[in-house]
Amino acid sequence: MYLGRVTGRLVATVRYEGMDGVKLQLLESLDEAGVPTGEQLVAACALSVGPGDLVHYVDGREAALALPDETFVPVDVAITGFVEQAEVNGAELPLEAPQ
Amino acid sequence: MLIGEVVGSVVSTRKDEQLESFKLLVVQVRDHSNQPKDQYVVAVDAVGAGTGDLVLYATGSSARQTTTTKDRPCDAVVMAIVDSWDVGGDNVYEKWSS
Amino acid sequence: MILADVIGTVVSPSLQVPALDGRKLLVVRPVQPAGAPVGPKPRIAVDTIGAGVGDRVLVIDEGNSGRQILGAQDAPVKTLIVGFVDEVELGGERVYNHGGEA
Repeated sequence: MYLGRVTGRLVATVRYEGMDGVKLQLLESLDEAGVPTGEQLVAACALSVGPGDLVHYVDGREAALALPDETFVPVDVAITGFVEQAEVNGAELPLEAPQ
Repeated sequence: MLIGEVVGSVVSTRKDEQLESFKLLVVQVRDHSNQPKDQYVVAVDAVGAGTGDLVLYATGSSARQTTTTKDRPCDAVVMAIVDSWDVGGDNVYEKWSS
Repeated sequence: MILADVIGTVVSPSLQVPALDGRKLLVVRPVQPAGAPVGPKPRIAVDTIGAGVGDRVLVIDEGNSGRQILGAQDAPVKTLIVGFVDEVELGGERVYNHGGEA
């Protein structure tokens, strides 16, 4: 799993069967200081998180397992949790996205 | 499978019990012309390889297809020691050449 | 498996996939055998051995192995801390020795 920040939402009406009702969020991965690495991802998400939130996410086959119902779907990134506190290298990471 | 050189080993006495008895090798990945890449993996030894050996290692589910690692948590296994290696008809490695 | 240094902690108690409930999550930095960091992205790993910040550890990053260690089928988890590193030997030299001089 990796650390990420939700940056936005994405809507796609036409999608593969089994993905109905799965929310799609835009995500950027973070480095040790909580700074975006420049990598942008689209993640499936079954949790109530939104833009600005600090999250952790999983990639690969395990991403589909993070969805509640159908787990054999073509999804390779999924949000696995909403981070309420993160301390890295002795410093708290900002929970809110810097303005 | 990928080719790498065994460059060292890892000792871990306190680990998950399902990993007990594994011999752990540090493998440095080689590219197609046998040049070392700046990339390392810790792999379970299934063939008795040692430092300096050029080896094949398998990752993912394939890593659990040896008797050493069958049904055990292992994501990389050294499953062959390379004797020689040709690319485009050119010999890039010969274990017994010297 | 890869080598990594534990550099932090993460908690997401109220909103996470159920498979992570009750699990300790640590932030780890993948390292090369001699200790140089690998890549800009730290990983979030499930601790299975009681590791803490400052420990050098073995990390498995593959789903089937991870689920087997957790004993949790269909868990969306693949990054796990599975061992403490005591020693790393590289080309005949000891480049890492836990609790001692390298």
